[in-house]
Amino acid sequence: MKNLLLTTTALAFAGCMAMAQDVVRMGTEGAYPPYNFINDAGEVDGFERELGDELCKRAELSCEWVTNEWDSIIPNLVSGNYDVIIAGMSITDERDQVIDFTQNYYPPTASAFVAASDDVDVTTGTISAQVSTIQAGYIAGTGATLLEFANPDETIAAVRNGEADAVFADYDYLLPVVEASGGELVFVGERIPLGGGVGMGIRETDTALRDKFDAGITAMKADGTLNELLKKWFGDQAPQY
Amino acid sequence: MCADPDTLSSFWWMTCYLTTGKHLGLYWAFGTVLLLLAITAPAALMFGFGGAMAARSNFLPLQWFGKAYMSIVRGVPDIAFFLFFVIALDQAFEWTRHKVLCPDWDQPIRQGNDFVVCDAAKLPLSTAPQYIHEIYGFALAVLTFAIVFGAFAASVLYGGMRAVPRGQIETAEAYGMSHRQSFRRILVPQMWVYALPGLSNLWMVLIKATPLLFLLGVPDIVYWAKELGGTKTPQFTSFPHGDWRMWYFLFLLVFYLAFTKVSEVVLDRLMKRLTHGQATTGGEAQRRAQV
Repeated sequence: MKNLLLTTTALAFAGCMAMAQDVVRMGTEGAYPPYNFINDAGEVDGFERELGDELCKRAELSCEWVTNEWDSIIPNLVSGNYDVIIAGMSITDERDQVIDFTQNYYPPTASAFVAASDDVDVTTGTISAQVSTIQAGYIAGTGATLLEFANPDETIAAVRNGEADAVFADYDYLLPVVEASGGELVFVGERIPLGGGVGMGIRETDTALRDKFDAGITAMKADGTLNELLKKWFGDQAPQY
Repeated sequence: MCADPDTLSSFWWMTCYLTTGKHLGLYWAFGTVLLLLAITAPAALMFGFGGAMAARSNFLPLQWFGKAYMSIVRGVPDIAFFLFFVIALDQAFEWTRHKVLCPDWDQPIRQGNDFVVCDAAKLPLSTAPQYIHEIYGFALAVLTFAIVFGAFAASVLYGGMRAVPRGQIETAEAYGMSHRQSFRRILVPQMWVYALPGLSNLWMVLIKATPLLFLLGVPDIVYWAKELGGTKTPQFTSFPHGDWRMWYFLFLLVFYLAFTKVSEVVLDRLMKRLTHGQATTGGEAQRRAQV
């Protein structure tokens, strides 16, 4: 009897362990369209939502989506509140020292300036950027004055209300905003390539999970599904693999 | 009907807009904030009462503990508490569970930057649905708020207890009441009138501190106001609009003002009742008015 009980407990425990392996919590920001945003129904949506769901399906994992503020997105990953960062995060050496990245699922991107008028000098003016991004890091190293904001929307609002001369962010994030502004906002200056592409951030100790997603991304690059997704969310001129 | 908002008149557009799933999140968040206040206020008061009693204790270590609690917690900025203390608290829980539930785990818990415990020790379990995670975050928020505001409440109550005239206690002792009896029957009922102005200040501050919830992963009303009010481009929503943050924050302003106003009225009445028959200037004024 005692043996039976022990076996059942062991089985139940093993079952639990297996289940625990299968659920992966995906952390994102939910404020960076087209990469990720909250749709009208209040759910996470966007390029990364579709990509993440597809990768989870291929790796036979069940994924749960959670949002977290950008500024504390890495500390919450390493302390285990979720297992993956999938939030338009560029792969940089600095971040790579703290967490691991999969291979990129979006090629190295160009960042661009957007201002309310053509004659803004982006090398000397006040430039808004989101805090702890590669763009903020880049502006800090130029002669311009850096104005940091907690979320991407606020960086644009700062240009609209004149607080900043221009905003510096991913070209893909700015494009729909400029298109919808009806000429109020324009691209200025040159585009600047930054970072090593966008990848998923995973705890350094979680190598098995990283390999699974890495394999999934490789497969999606090979069979063209990733290219389709890129076209769908970033338009026809989107970079392709 | 709401499926194609472009064709709607502005009234129906607005109705559809205000009832999207996202807006329901906002309305839900109001409930969360009110619930947080309803649970935190009594919890903080309990922490405060405990702290004040400890600080008054004749047993020296307990007295040190009470005084240290008051001065240390009051000295640390709230935001530091909410960013670091909560993560540390969460890790402390998980570390304890890990030691109990997974005794034969052979890897270290701290690996570089990572905090790794066995799956069974995760709190909540990673298999748990998202709402469990939110309840857990909410509970952590209540605990942290209670500790922080409890320290302030302790200092207020400590002052209140000392403000009760010494003669009252002496009389109680003359009647033969024990230390404990005089504390319960004389000191506690009388101290509230001295403590209430300080406590009502704390309540007002607590109402306005609720946006700190978001630091714990619980979406609160300020988060939703920011998210909903931000400019929405037509590609990503059926309800595109410009920067409406001003309107959302105006609404929050009205909410917070109305809420603090109601609190003020209620606290004023409470103060009147507590003053009744007390040997304070307020109680004296009430007595004269009645004569």
